[in-house]
Amino acid sequence: MRKLPWKEWVLFLAFVSPNLVLLVLFTYKPLLETFRLSFYNWDLISPTKTWVGMDNYTDYFSDETDRYIIRNTFVFTFATVCSTLVFGLMLALLLNRRLRGRDAARTVLFAPYVVSGAAIGIVWLFVFDPRFGLVAAILDRLGIASPNWYNDPNYAMPMVIIVYTWRNLGYAVVVYLAGLQTIPRELYEAARVDGAGSFTRFRRITLPHLSPVTFFLLVTSILGSMQAFDIIRVMTQGGPLDSTKTMVYQVYEQGFVNYRVGAASTVATVLFVFLLVVTVLQVRFLERRVHYS
Amino acid sequence: MTVINRQPLPAGAARSRRMPWQSWLGLAVQYALVAGVVLLICAPLFWMLTASVKTRQEIYTLPISWLPETYAWENFRQAWTAVPFERYFVNSIVTTSLGSLLKVTNGVLTAYALVFLDFPKKNLIFLGILAALMVPEQVTLIPNYVLVSELGWVNSYQGIIIPGGGVAFGTFLMRQHFLTLPREVIEAARMDGAGNLRMLWSVVLPMSRPTLVAFVLITVVEKWNDYVWPLLIATDDTVRTLPLGLQQLQNSEGQTQWGVVMAGAVLVIVPVLALFVWAQRHIVEGLTAGSVKG
Repeated sequence: MRKLPWKEWVLFLAFVSPNLVLLVLFTYKPLLETFRLSFYNWDLISPTKTWVGMDNYTDYFSDETDRYIIRNTFVFTFATVCSTLVFGLMLALLLNRRLRGRDAARTVLFAPYVVSGAAIGIVWLFVFDPRFGLVAAILDRLGIASPNWYNDPNYAMPMVIIVYTWRNLGYAVVVYLAGLQTIPRELYEAARVDGAGSFTRFRRITLPHLSPVTFFLLVTSILGSMQAFDIIRVMTQGGPLDSTKTMVYQVYEQGFVNYRVGAASTVATVLFVFLLVVTVLQVRFLERRVHYS
Repeated sequence: MTVINRQPLPAGAARSRRMPWQSWLGLAVQYALVAGVVLLICAPLFWMLTASVKTRQEIYTLPISWLPETYAWENFRQAWTAVPFERYFVNSIVTTSLGSLLKVTNGVLTAYALVFLDFPKKNLIFLGILAALMVPEQVTLIPNYVLVSELGWVNSYQGIIIPGGGVAFGTFLMRQHFLTLPREVIEAARMDGAGNLRMLWSVVLPMSRPTLVAFVLITVVEKWNDYVWPLLIATDDTVRTLPLGLQQLQNSEGQTQWGVVMAGAVLVIVPVLALFVWAQRHIVEGLTAGSVKG
Protein backbone atom coordinates (compact mmCIF):
# COMPACT_ATOMS: atom_id res chain seq x y z
CA MET A 1 0.00 0.00 0.00
CA ARG A 2 2.47 2.57 1.22
CA LYS A 3 5.51 0.82 -0.22
CA LEU A 4 5.57 -1.41 -3.27
CA PRO A 5 2.39 -3.52 -3.34
CA TRP A 6 4.13 -6.73 -4.39
CA LYS A 7 6.21 -6.73 -1.23
CA GLU A 8 3.08 -7.05 0.84
CA TRP A 9 1.71 -9.66 -1.57
CA VAL A 10 4.75 -11.82 -1.02
CA LEU A 11 4.29 -11.60 2.74
CA PHE A 12 0.60 -12.40 2.35
CA LEU A 13 1.48 -15.53 0.39
CA ALA A 14 4.12 -16.51 2.92
CA PHE A 15 1.53 -16.30 5.71
CA VAL A 16 -1.32 -17.99 3.89
CA SER A 17 0.39 -20.64 1.76
CA PRO A 18 1.20 -23.27 4.41
CA ASN A 19 -2.43 -23.41 5.49
CA LEU A 20 -3.74 -23.27 1.95
CA VAL A 21 -1.37 -25.96 0.69
CA LEU A 22 -2.30 -28.31 3.55
CA LEU A 23 -6.01 -27.76 2.95
CA VAL A 24 -5.65 -28.37 -0.78
CA LEU A 25 -3.46 -31.42 -0.28
CA PHE A 26 -5.41 -33.08 2.55
CA THR A 27 -8.96 -31.80 2.11
CA TYR A 28 -9.83 -30.67 -1.41
CA LYS A 29 -7.71 -33.00 -3.50
CA PRO A 30 -8.71 -36.15 -1.55
CA LEU A 31 -12.37 -35.14 -1.85
CA LEU A 32 -12.09 -35.26 -5.63
CA GLU A 33 -9.99 -38.40 -5.37
CA THR A 34 -12.70 -40.14 -3.32
CA PHE A 35 -15.22 -39.27 -6.03
CA ARG A 36 -12.87 -40.64 -8.71
CA LEU A 37 -12.15 -43.85 -6.81
CA SER A 38 -15.88 -44.58 -6.56
CA PHE A 39 -15.76 -45.50 -10.27
CA TYR A 40 -13.03 -48.09 -9.77
CA ASN A 41 -12.49 -51.40 -8.06
CA TRP A 42 -9.30 -51.43 -6.04
CA ASP A 43 -7.92 -53.29 -3.02
CA LEU A 44 -5.76 -50.41 -1.66
CA ILE A 45 -2.53 -52.35 -2.30
CA SER A 46 -2.24 -53.65 -5.86
CA PRO A 47 -0.79 -51.29 -8.48
CA THR A 48 -3.81 -51.54 -10.80
CA LYS A 49 -7.28 -50.10 -10.39
CA THR A 50 -10.12 -51.46 -12.52
CA TRP A 51 -12.55 -49.01 -14.07
CA VAL A 52 -16.11 -50.18 -13.44
CA GLY A 53 -18.14 -47.11 -14.35
CA MET A 54 -21.35 -46.76 -12.37
CA ASP A 55 -21.28 -50.36 -11.11
CA ASN A 56 -20.41 -49.41 -7.53
CA TYR A 57 -23.38 -47.07 -7.42
CA THR A 58 -25.87 -49.52 -8.93
CA ASP A 59 -24.61 -52.16 -6.49
CA TYR A 60 -24.88 -49.74 -3.63
CA PHE A 61 -28.43 -48.66 -4.29
CA SER A 62 -29.70 -52.20 -4.98
CA ASP A 63 -28.09 -53.91 -2.00
CA GLU A 64 -30.31 -54.57 0.98
CA THR A 65 -27.53 -54.34 3.59
CA ASP A 66 -26.52 -50.95 2.23
CA ARG A 67 -30.09 -49.74 2.53
CA TYR A 68 -30.23 -51.08 6.08
CA ILE A 69 -27.06 -49.11 6.90
CA ILE A 70 -28.53 -45.90 5.42
CA ARG A 71 -31.61 -46.54 7.58
CA ASN A 72 -29.40 -47.03 10.67
CA THR A 73 -27.61 -43.76 9.92
CA PHE A 74 -30.89 -41.87 9.81
CA VAL A 75 -32.33 -43.63 12.87
CA PHE A 76 -29.20 -42.83 14.88
CA THR A 77 -29.12 -39.22 13.65
CA PHE A 78 -32.83 -38.62 14.21
CA ALA A 79 -32.85 -40.11 17.70
CA THR A 80 -29.68 -38.39 18.92
CA VAL A 81 -30.58 -35.00 17.45
CA CYS A 82 -34.14 -35.05 18.82
CA SER A 83 -33.15 -36.13 22.31
CA THR A 84 -30.21 -33.71 22.45
CA LEU A 85 -32.33 -30.73 21.40
CA VAL A 86 -35.42 -31.54 23.48
CA PHE A 87 -33.58 -32.41 26.69
CA GLY A 88 -31.06 -29.65 26.02
CA LEU A 89 -33.80 -27.03 25.86
CA MET A 90 -35.56 -28.39 28.94
CA LEU A 91 -32.37 -28.32 30.97
CA ALA A 92 -31.44 -24.87 29.71
CA LEU A 93 -34.83 -23.52 30.81
CA LEU A 94 -34.27 -25.09 34.20
CA LEU A 95 -30.74 -23.73 34.58
CA ASN A 96 -31.77 -20.30 33.35
CA ARG A 97 -33.54 -19.76 36.67
CA ARG A 98 -31.74 -18.20 39.57
CA LEU A 99 -30.80 -21.40 41.35
CA ARG A 100 -27.84 -21.82 43.62
CA GLY A 101 -25.10 -23.98 42.12
CA ARG A 102 -26.36 -23.67 38.56
CA ASP A 103 -22.90 -22.73 37.24
CA ALA A 104 -21.49 -25.88 38.74
CA ALA A 105 -24.33 -27.89 37.17
CA ARG A 106 -23.56 -26.31 33.82
CA THR A 107 -19.89 -27.28 34.12
CA VAL A 108 -20.75 -30.87 34.97
CA LEU A 109 -23.19 -31.09 32.07
CA PHE A 110 -20.66 -29.79 29.58
CA ALA A 111 -17.75 -31.89 30.79
CA PRO A 112 -18.48 -35.11 28.80
CA TYR A 113 -18.32 -33.08 25.59
CA VAL A 114 -14.57 -32.54 25.97
CA VAL A 115 -13.70 -36.16 26.84
CA SER A 116 -12.36 -38.62 24.26
CA GLY A 117 -15.20 -40.54 22.60
CA ALA A 118 -13.13 -43.72 22.71
CA ALA A 119 -12.67 -43.43 26.48
CA ILE A 120 -16.36 -42.64 26.95
CA GLY A 121 -17.31 -45.70 24.91
CA ILE A 122 -15.13 -47.95 27.05
CA VAL A 123 -16.47 -46.54 30.33
CA TRP A 124 -20.04 -47.03 29.12
CA LEU A 125 -19.31 -50.60 28.05
CA PHE A 126 -18.72 -51.31 31.71
CA VAL A 127 -21.81 -49.28 32.72
CA PHE A 128 -23.88 -51.47 30.37
CA ASP A 129 -22.17 -54.74 31.36
CA PRO A 130 -25.18 -57.08 31.52
CA ARG A 131 -24.09 -58.72 34.78
CA PHE A 132 -21.77 -56.42 36.71
CA GLY A 133 -22.64 -53.02 35.22
CA LEU A 134 -24.36 -50.02 36.75
CA VAL A 135 -27.43 -50.32 34.52
CA ALA A 136 -27.82 -54.00 35.42
CA ALA A 137 -27.59 -53.09 39.11
CA ILE A 138 -30.30 -50.44 38.81
CA LEU A 139 -32.57 -52.66 36.74
CA ASP A 140 -32.03 -55.43 39.25
CA ARG A 141 -33.25 -53.12 42.03
CA LEU A 142 -36.41 -52.57 39.99
CA GLY A 143 -36.77 -56.31 39.48
CA ILE A 144 -36.00 -56.23 35.78
CA ALA A 145 -33.44 -58.52 34.15
CA SER A 146 -30.83 -56.54 32.19
CA PRO A 147 -30.91 -57.10 28.44
CA ASN A 148 -27.69 -58.14 26.81
CA TRP A 149 -26.89 -54.69 25.50
CA TYR A 150 -23.87 -55.60 23.37
CA ASN A 151 -25.16 -58.76 21.74
CA ASP A 152 -28.84 -58.09 21.23
CA PRO A 153 -29.53 -56.29 17.91
CA ASN A 154 -32.61 -54.68 19.47
CA TYR A 155 -30.65 -53.05 22.30
CA ALA A 156 -27.29 -52.15 20.78
CA MET A 157 -28.65 -49.16 18.85
CA PRO A 158 -30.50 -47.65 21.85
CA MET A 159 -27.28 -48.15 23.82
CA VAL A 160 -25.10 -46.12 21.44
CA ILE A 161 -27.85 -43.49 21.12
CA ILE A 162 -27.92 -43.06 24.91
CA VAL A 163 -24.14 -42.75 25.12
CA TYR A 164 -23.89 -40.31 22.24
CA THR A 165 -26.69 -38.15 23.68
CA TRP A 166 -25.04 -38.23 27.11
CA ARG A 167 -21.88 -36.89 25.56
CA ASN A 168 -23.47 -34.06 23.56
CA LEU A 169 -26.29 -32.90 25.80
CA GLY A 170 -24.19 -30.31 27.64
CA TYR A 171 -23.24 -28.60 24.41
CA ALA A 172 -26.91 -28.03 23.54
CA VAL A 173 -27.61 -26.83 27.07
CA VAL A 174 -24.83 -24.24 26.99
CA VAL A 175 -25.80 -22.95 23.55
CA TYR A 176 -29.47 -22.74 24.54
CA LEU A 177 -28.54 -20.94 27.77
CA ALA A 178 -26.59 -18.37 25.77
CA GLY A 179 -29.60 -17.98 23.51
CA LEU A 180 -31.97 -17.52 26.44
CA GLN A 181 -29.76 -14.77 27.79
CA THR A 182 -30.32 -12.70 24.62
CA ILE A 183 -34.11 -12.52 25.12
CA PRO A 184 -35.03 -9.10 26.58
CA ARG A 185 -36.57 -9.44 30.04
CA GLU A 186 -39.07 -6.67 29.33
CA LEU A 187 -40.90 -8.94 26.91
CA TYR A 188 -41.71 -11.35 29.73
CA GLU A 189 -42.68 -8.54 32.06
CA ALA A 190 -45.01 -7.09 29.45
CA ALA A 191 -46.57 -10.47 28.72
CA ARG A 192 -47.07 -11.08 32.39
CA VAL A 193 -48.85 -7.77 32.74
CA ASP A 194 -51.04 -8.83 29.81
CA GLY A 195 -51.94 -11.88 31.82
CA ALA A 196 -50.13 -14.45 29.65
CA GLY A 197 -49.57 -17.74 31.49
CA SER A 198 -46.16 -19.37 31.65
CA PHE A 199 -46.92 -21.74 28.77
CA THR A 200 -48.10 -18.90 26.54
CA ARG A 201 -44.99 -16.90 27.42
CA PHE A 202 -42.84 -19.89 26.47
CA ARG A 203 -44.68 -20.49 23.20
CA ARG A 204 -44.97 -16.85 22.12
CA ILE A 205 -41.68 -15.39 23.39
CA THR A 206 -39.09 -18.01 24.27
CA LEU A 207 -39.50 -20.39 21.35
CA PRO A 208 -39.57 -17.78 18.55
CA HIS A 209 -36.53 -16.02 20.01
CA LEU A 210 -34.65 -19.28 20.23
CA SER A 211 -35.30 -20.27 16.63
CA PRO A 212 -31.89 -19.13 15.28
CA VAL A 213 -30.14 -21.03 18.07
CA THR A 214 -32.31 -24.08 17.48
CA PHE A 215 -31.48 -23.96 13.80
CA PHE A 216 -27.77 -23.74 14.53
CA LEU A 217 -27.96 -26.66 16.96
CA LEU A 218 -30.07 -28.70 14.57
CA VAL A 219 -27.54 -28.34 11.77
CA THR A 220 -24.43 -28.93 13.87
CA SER A 221 -26.03 -31.91 15.65
CA ILE A 222 -27.08 -33.52 12.39
CA LEU A 223 -23.56 -33.10 11.01
CA GLY A 224 -22.01 -34.48 14.19
CA SER A 225 -24.32 -37.47 14.44
CA MET A 226 -23.92 -38.44 10.80
CA GLN A 227 -20.15 -38.51 11.34
CA ALA A 228 -20.17 -40.27 14.71
CA PHE A 229 -17.46 -42.89 14.69
CA ASP A 230 -15.39 -43.33 17.85
CA ILE A 231 -18.19 -44.37 20.20
CA ILE A 232 -19.62 -46.88 17.73
CA ARG A 233 -16.23 -48.28 16.84
CA VAL A 234 -15.29 -48.80 20.49
CA MET A 235 -18.64 -50.08 21.74
CA THR A 236 -20.12 -52.29 19.02
CA GLN A 237 -17.89 -52.28 15.90
CA GLY A 238 -21.14 -51.78 13.99
CA GLY A 239 -22.61 -55.01 15.32
CA PRO A 240 -24.36 -57.14 16.35
CA LEU A 241 -25.61 -58.15 12.89
CA ASP A 242 -24.93 -54.65 11.47
CA SER A 243 -27.54 -53.19 13.83
CA THR A 244 -25.35 -50.19 14.77
CA LYS A 245 -23.48 -49.88 11.48
CA THR A 246 -23.74 -46.37 10.06
CA MET A 247 -22.41 -44.99 6.79
CA VAL A 248 -19.26 -43.57 8.35
CA TYR A 249 -18.50 -46.93 9.91
CA GLN A 250 -19.13 -48.59 6.56
CA VAL A 251 -16.61 -46.28 4.86
CA TYR A 252 -14.00 -47.32 7.41
CA GLU A 253 -14.86 -51.02 7.26
CA GLN A 254 -15.08 -51.33 3.47
CA GLY A 255 -11.86 -49.33 3.02
CA PHE A 256 -9.61 -50.55 5.78
CA VAL A 257 -10.99 -53.93 6.84
CA ASN A 258 -12.41 -55.40 3.61
CA TYR A 259 -10.04 -53.46 1.29
CA ARG A 260 -12.88 -52.62 -1.07
CA VAL A 261 -11.86 -49.08 -1.90
CA GLY A 262 -14.41 -48.60 -4.69
CA ALA A 263 -17.33 -49.57 -2.47
CA ALA A 264 -15.96 -47.45 0.42
CA SER A 265 -15.55 -44.42 -1.85
CA THR A 266 -19.09 -44.85 -3.12
CA VAL A 267 -20.48 -44.75 0.42
CA ALA A 268 -18.25 -41.78 1.21
CA THR A 269 -19.48 -39.90 -1.85
CA VAL A 270 -23.14 -40.54 -1.02
CA LEU A 271 -22.50 -39.51 2.58
CA PHE A 272 -20.79 -36.34 1.41
CA VAL A 273 -23.84 -35.42 -0.68
CA PHE A 274 -26.12 -35.94 2.33
CA LEU A 275 -23.85 -33.81 4.51
CA LEU A 276 -23.43 -31.15 1.85
CA VAL A 277 -27.15 -30.43 1.84
CA VAL A 278 -27.02 -29.84 5.59
CA THR A 279 -23.71 -27.96 5.48
CA VAL A 280 -24.85 -25.49 2.83
CA LEU A 281 -27.52 -24.44 5.31
CA GLN A 282 -24.87 -23.99 7.98
CA VAL A 283 -22.54 -21.95 5.82
CA ARG A 284 -25.44 -19.68 4.86
CA PHE A 285 -26.00 -19.23 8.57
CA LEU A 286 -22.32 -18.50 9.26
CA GLU A 287 -22.23 -16.05 6.38
CA ARG A 288 -25.11 -14.13 7.87
CA ARG A 289 -23.09 -13.97 11.08
CA VAL A 290 -20.11 -12.65 9.14
CA HIS A 291 -22.16 -9.84 7.66
CA TYR A 292 -23.60 -8.89 11.00
CA SER A 293 -20.32 -8.51 12.80
CA MET B 1 -48.85 -8.32 21.78
CA THR B 2 -48.27 -5.20 19.72
CA VAL B 3 -50.13 -2.97 22.11
CA ILE B 4 -49.19 -3.39 25.71
CA ASN B 5 -52.07 -2.57 27.94
CA ARG B 6 -50.57 -1.20 31.10
CA GLN B 7 -52.93 -1.54 33.99
CA PRO B 8 -52.02 0.03 37.30
CA LEU B 9 -50.71 -2.72 39.53
CA PRO B 10 -50.14 -2.43 43.23
CA ALA B 11 -46.50 -2.93 44.15
CA GLY B 12 -45.62 -6.57 44.70
CA ALA B 13 -48.99 -7.78 43.45
CA ALA B 14 -47.47 -10.43 41.16
CA ARG B 15 -45.48 -11.81 44.04
CA SER B 16 -48.20 -11.85 46.65
CA ARG B 17 -50.63 -13.68 44.34
CA ARG B 18 -48.55 -16.79 44.77
CA MET B 19 -48.88 -18.80 47.94
CA PRO B 20 -45.54 -19.06 49.74
CA TRP B 21 -45.72 -22.84 50.11
CA GLN B 22 -46.32 -23.19 46.37
CA SER B 23 -43.21 -21.30 45.39
CA TRP B 24 -41.29 -23.17 48.03
CA LEU B 25 -42.45 -26.45 46.52
CA GLY B 26 -41.67 -25.22 43.02
CA LEU B 27 -38.15 -24.34 44.06
CA ALA B 28 -37.68 -27.72 45.71
CA VAL B 29 -38.83 -29.48 42.52
CA GLN B 30 -36.40 -27.40 40.46
CA TYR B 31 -33.50 -28.21 42.75
CA ALA B 32 -34.44 -31.88 42.73
CA LEU B 33 -34.51 -31.89 38.91
CA VAL B 34 -31.09 -30.22 38.66
CA ALA B 35 -29.65 -32.63 41.20
CA GLY B 36 -31.15 -35.59 39.32
CA VAL B 37 -29.64 -34.51 36.02
CA VAL B 38 -26.24 -33.84 37.55
CA LEU B 39 -26.37 -37.28 39.14
CA LEU B 40 -27.29 -38.88 35.80
CA ILE B 41 -24.39 -37.16 34.04
CA CYS B 42 -21.93 -38.04 36.80
CA ALA B 43 -23.04 -41.65 37.27
CA PRO B 44 -20.84 -43.22 34.56
CA LEU B 45 -17.82 -41.25 35.74
CA PHE B 46 -18.54 -42.25 39.33
CA TRP B 47 -18.82 -45.87 38.17
CA MET B 48 -15.46 -45.59 36.44
CA LEU B 49 -13.72 -43.97 39.42
CA THR B 50 -14.99 -46.46 41.98
CA ALA B 51 -14.22 -49.47 39.78
CA SER B 52 -10.67 -48.23 39.26
CA VAL B 53 -9.96 -48.71 42.98
CA LYS B 54 -12.09 -51.79 43.62
CA THR B 55 -10.50 -55.20 43.82
CA ARG B 56 -11.28 -57.67 41.08
CA GLN B 57 -13.23 -59.78 43.52
CA GLU B 58 -15.38 -56.86 44.55
CA ILE B 59 -16.25 -55.91 40.99
CA TYR B 60 -17.30 -59.42 40.06
CA THR B 61 -19.46 -60.11 43.11
CA LEU B 62 -23.24 -59.78 43.18
CA PRO B 63 -25.01 -57.83 44.54
CA ILE B 64 -22.98 -54.90 43.28
CA SER B 65 -21.18 -52.73 45.81
CA TRP B 66 -21.82 -49.02 45.35
CA LEU B 67 -18.77 -47.72 47.15
CA PRO B 68 -15.42 -49.48 47.21
CA GLU B 69 -14.75 -51.43 50.39
CA THR B 70 -11.01 -51.02 50.03
CA TYR B 71 -8.97 -48.62 48.00
CA ALA B 72 -6.67 -50.74 45.88
CA TRP B 73 -4.19 -48.98 43.60
CA GLU B 74 -3.20 -52.31 42.09
CA ASN B 75 -5.45 -51.66 39.04
CA PHE B 76 -3.43 -48.59 38.08
CA ARG B 77 -0.14 -50.45 38.36
CA GLN B 78 -1.52 -53.27 36.25
CA ALA B 79 -2.96 -50.91 33.61
CA TRP B 80 0.40 -49.12 33.43
CA THR B 81 2.29 -52.37 32.82
CA ALA B 82 -0.22 -54.44 30.78
CA VAL B 83 0.23 -52.06 27.86
CA PRO B 84 2.96 -49.42 27.33
CA PHE B 85 0.94 -46.57 28.84
CA GLU B 86 4.00 -44.38 29.26
CA ARG B 87 4.64 -44.59 25.55
CA TYR B 88 1.00 -43.68 24.81
CA PHE B 89 1.27 -40.64 27.05
CA VAL B 90 4.44 -39.47 25.33
CA ASN B 91 2.86 -40.04 21.91
CA SER B 92 -0.30 -38.15 22.87
CA ILE B 93 1.71 -35.25 24.25
CA VAL B 94 3.94 -35.07 21.17
CA THR B 95 1.12 -35.29 18.60
CA THR B 96 -1.16 -32.97 20.55
CA SER B 97 1.44 -30.26 21.17
CA LEU B 98 3.05 -30.29 17.73
CA GLY B 99 -0.28 -30.75 15.97
CA SER B 100 -1.84 -27.87 17.89
CA LEU B 101 1.20 -25.66 17.33
CA LEU B 102 1.00 -26.25 13.57
CA LYS B 103 -2.72 -25.63 13.45
CA VAL B 104 -2.73 -22.52 15.63
CA THR B 105 0.25 -21.00 13.79
CA ASN B 106 -1.50 -21.57 10.47
CA GLY B 107 -4.77 -20.14 11.75
CA VAL B 108 -3.20 -17.02 13.25
CA LEU B 109 -0.92 -16.27 10.28
CA THR B 110 -3.72 -16.79 7.76
CA ALA B 111 -6.16 -14.65 9.71
CA TYR B 112 -3.54 -11.89 10.12
CA ALA B 113 -2.80 -11.86 6.41
CA LEU B 114 -6.49 -11.85 5.52
CA VAL B 115 -7.23 -8.88 7.76
CA PHE B 116 -4.10 -6.71 7.76
CA LEU B 117 -2.27 -7.44 4.51
CA ASP B 118 -3.16 -6.42 1.02
CA PHE B 119 -3.71 -8.96 -1.71
CA PRO B 120 -5.91 -9.02 -4.81
CA LYS B 121 -9.16 -10.98 -4.27
CA LYS B 122 -8.27 -11.97 -0.74
CA ASN B 123 -11.92 -12.49 0.16
CA LEU B 124 -12.07 -15.26 -2.42
CA ILE B 125 -9.12 -16.90 -0.68
CA PHE B 126 -10.99 -16.63 2.61
CA LEU B 127 -14.04 -18.33 1.11
CA GLY B 128 -11.77 -21.03 -0.30
CA ILE B 129 -10.46 -21.72 3.20
CA LEU B 130 -13.88 -21.53 4.83
CA ALA B 131 -15.31 -24.02 2.35
CA ALA B 132 -13.06 -26.69 3.86
CA LEU B 133 -15.56 -26.76 6.73
CA MET B 134 -17.91 -28.51 4.33
CA VAL B 135 -15.62 -31.49 3.84
CA PRO B 136 -15.84 -33.99 6.70
CA GLU B 137 -12.70 -35.91 7.61
CA GLN B 138 -14.29 -39.30 6.98
CA VAL B 139 -14.90 -38.55 3.30
CA THR B 140 -11.21 -37.97 2.65
CA LEU B 141 -9.81 -40.86 4.73
CA ILE B 142 -8.88 -43.25 1.94
CA PRO B 143 -7.04 -40.89 -0.45
CA ASN B 144 -5.25 -39.31 2.53
CA TYR B 145 -4.16 -42.72 3.73
CA VAL B 146 -2.89 -43.55 0.23
CA LEU B 147 -0.95 -40.27 0.06
CA VAL B 148 0.56 -40.71 3.51
CA SER B 149 1.65 -44.25 2.74
CA GLU B 150 3.20 -43.11 -0.54
CA LEU B 151 5.18 -40.59 1.47
CA GLY B 152 6.29 -43.42 3.74
CA TRP B 153 4.68 -41.75 6.74
CA VAL B 154 2.54 -44.64 7.97
CA ASN B 155 3.23 -45.28 11.66
CA SER B 156 5.06 -42.00 12.20
CA TYR B 157 4.46 -38.76 14.07
CA GLN B 158 4.48 -36.68 10.90
CA GLY B 159 1.89 -39.02 9.40
CA ILE B 160 -0.43 -38.31 12.32
CA ILE B 161 0.32 -34.58 12.61
CA ILE B 162 0.82 -33.03 9.18
CA PRO B 163 -2.42 -34.01 7.36
CA GLY B 164 -4.39 -32.28 10.14
CA GLY B 165 -2.33 -29.07 9.94
CA GLY B 166 -4.70 -27.05 7.77
CA VAL B 167 -7.33 -25.08 9.63
CA ALA B 168 -10.58 -23.48 8.51
CA PHE B 169 -12.61 -22.94 11.68
CA GLY B 170 -9.74 -21.44 13.68
CA THR B 171 -8.89 -19.10 10.81
CA PHE B 172 -12.50 -17.97 10.82
CA LEU B 173 -12.47 -17.51 14.58
CA MET B 174 -9.29 -15.41 14.59
CA ARG B 175 -10.26 -13.38 11.53
CA GLN B 176 -13.58 -12.40 13.06
CA HIS B 177 -11.77 -11.21 16.14
CA PHE B 178 -9.02 -9.34 14.27
CA LEU B 179 -11.72 -7.44 12.38
CA THR B 180 -13.00 -6.00 15.64
CA LEU B 181 -9.63 -4.57 16.73
CA PRO B 182 -9.50 -0.75 16.70
CA ARG B 183 -7.89 0.45 13.47
CA GLU B 184 -6.30 3.46 15.19
CA VAL B 185 -4.09 1.28 17.36
CA ILE B 186 -2.90 -0.69 14.34
CA GLU B 187 -2.22 2.48 12.36
CA ALA B 188 -0.38 4.04 15.29
CA ALA B 189 1.88 1.00 15.61
CA ARG B 190 2.50 1.14 11.88
CA MET B 191 3.49 4.80 12.16
CA ASP B 192 5.95 3.84 14.85
CA GLY B 193 7.58 1.62 12.26
CA ALA B 194 6.47 -1.76 13.53
CA GLY B 195 6.98 -4.47 10.92
CA ASN B 196 4.30 -7.08 10.34
CA LEU B 197 5.84 -9.76 12.53
CA ARG B 198 6.29 -7.32 15.41
CA MET B 199 2.79 -6.00 14.85
CA LEU B 200 1.38 -9.52 15.04
CA TRP B 201 3.42 -10.54 18.07
CA SER B 202 3.30 -7.43 20.23
CA VAL B 203 0.15 -5.58 19.13
CA VAL B 204 -2.44 -7.86 17.55
CA LEU B 205 -1.99 -11.05 19.58
CA PRO B 206 -1.89 -9.36 23.01
CA MET B 207 -5.17 -7.67 22.11
CA SER B 208 -6.68 -11.01 21.09
CA ARG B 209 -5.80 -13.12 24.09
CA PRO B 210 -9.23 -14.57 24.96
CA THR B 211 -9.94 -15.65 21.39
CA LEU B 212 -6.45 -17.03 20.95
CA VAL B 213 -6.71 -18.97 24.21
CA ALA B 214 -10.07 -20.39 23.14
CA PHE B 215 -8.60 -21.41 19.76
CA VAL B 216 -5.58 -23.08 21.41
CA LEU B 217 -7.70 -24.94 23.96
CA ILE B 218 -10.27 -26.33 21.53
CA THR B 219 -7.43 -27.43 19.26
CA VAL B 220 -5.64 -29.18 22.11
CA VAL B 221 -8.81 -30.95 23.23
CA GLU B 222 -9.57 -32.00 19.65
CA LYS B 223 -6.06 -33.36 19.08
CA TRP B 224 -5.94 -35.16 22.43
CA ASN B 225 -9.21 -36.95 21.64
CA ASP B 226 -8.54 -37.54 17.94
CA TYR B 227 -9.37 -41.10 17.10
CA VAL B 228 -10.04 -42.14 13.51
CA TRP B 229 -6.92 -40.74 11.82
CA PRO B 230 -4.39 -42.06 14.41
CA LEU B 231 -6.30 -45.37 14.27
CA LEU B 232 -5.39 -45.69 10.60
CA ILE B 233 -1.86 -44.32 10.78
CA ALA B 234 -0.56 -45.86 14.02
CA THR B 235 0.03 -49.52 13.31
CA ASP B 236 1.92 -50.33 16.52
CA ASP B 237 2.66 -48.99 19.98
CA THR B 238 5.57 -46.76 18.92
CA VAL B 239 3.21 -43.95 17.86
CA ARG B 240 -0.16 -45.06 19.26
CA THR B 241 -1.93 -42.28 21.22
CA LEU B 242 -3.90 -42.63 24.46
CA PRO B 243 -7.42 -43.24 23.07
CA LEU B 244 -6.02 -46.06 20.93
CA GLY B 245 -3.88 -47.32 23.79
CA LEU B 246 -6.92 -47.50 26.03
CA GLN B 247 -8.59 -49.66 23.43
CA GLN B 248 -5.51 -51.88 23.34
CA LEU B 249 -5.86 -52.25 27.09
CA GLN B 250 -9.52 -53.12 26.75
CA ASN B 251 -8.74 -55.71 24.08
CA SER B 252 -6.13 -57.35 26.26
CA GLU B 253 -7.97 -57.19 29.61
CA GLY B 254 -11.53 -57.16 28.26
CA GLN B 255 -14.60 -57.84 30.33
CA THR B 256 -12.69 -59.97 32.77
CA GLN B 257 -10.62 -57.10 34.19
CA TRP B 258 -12.93 -54.09 34.27
CA GLY B 259 -11.03 -52.59 37.21
CA VAL B 260 -7.80 -52.40 35.22
CA VAL B 261 -9.57 -51.02 32.15
CA MET B 262 -11.33 -48.36 34.24
CA ALA B 263 -8.01 -47.38 35.83
CA GLY B 264 -6.71 -46.85 32.28
CA ALA B 265 -9.80 -44.79 31.43
CA VAL B 266 -9.17 -42.60 34.48
CA LEU B 267 -5.64 -41.95 33.23
CA VAL B 268 -6.99 -40.84 29.83
CA ILE B 269 -10.01 -38.85 30.99
CA VAL B 270 -8.74 -37.04 34.09
CA PRO B 271 -6.10 -34.82 32.39
CA VAL B 272 -8.69 -33.46 29.96
CA LEU B 273 -11.27 -32.96 32.72
CA ALA B 274 -8.66 -31.14 34.80
CA LEU B 275 -7.83 -28.87 31.86
CA PHE B 276 -11.54 -28.30 31.32
CA VAL B 277 -12.29 -27.36 34.92
CA TRP B 278 -9.27 -25.07 34.97
CA ALA B 279 -10.07 -23.25 31.73
CA GLN B 280 -13.73 -23.98 31.15
CA ARG B 281 -14.77 -20.45 30.31
CA HIS B 282 -12.38 -20.31 27.34
CA ILE B 283 -13.09 -23.85 26.20
CA VAL B 284 -16.84 -23.37 26.26
CA GLU B 285 -16.45 -20.04 24.49
CA GLY B 286 -14.36 -21.58 21.72
CA LEU B 287 -16.49 -24.66 21.26
CA THR B 288 -19.74 -22.74 21.09
CA ALA B 289 -18.35 -19.87 18.98
CA GLY B 290 -20.65 -18.95 16.14
CA SER B 291 -23.77 -20.17 17.87
CA VAL B 292 -25.13 -16.97 19.35
CA LYS B 293 -24.52 -13.53 17.97
CA GLY B 294 -22.34 -11.13 19.91
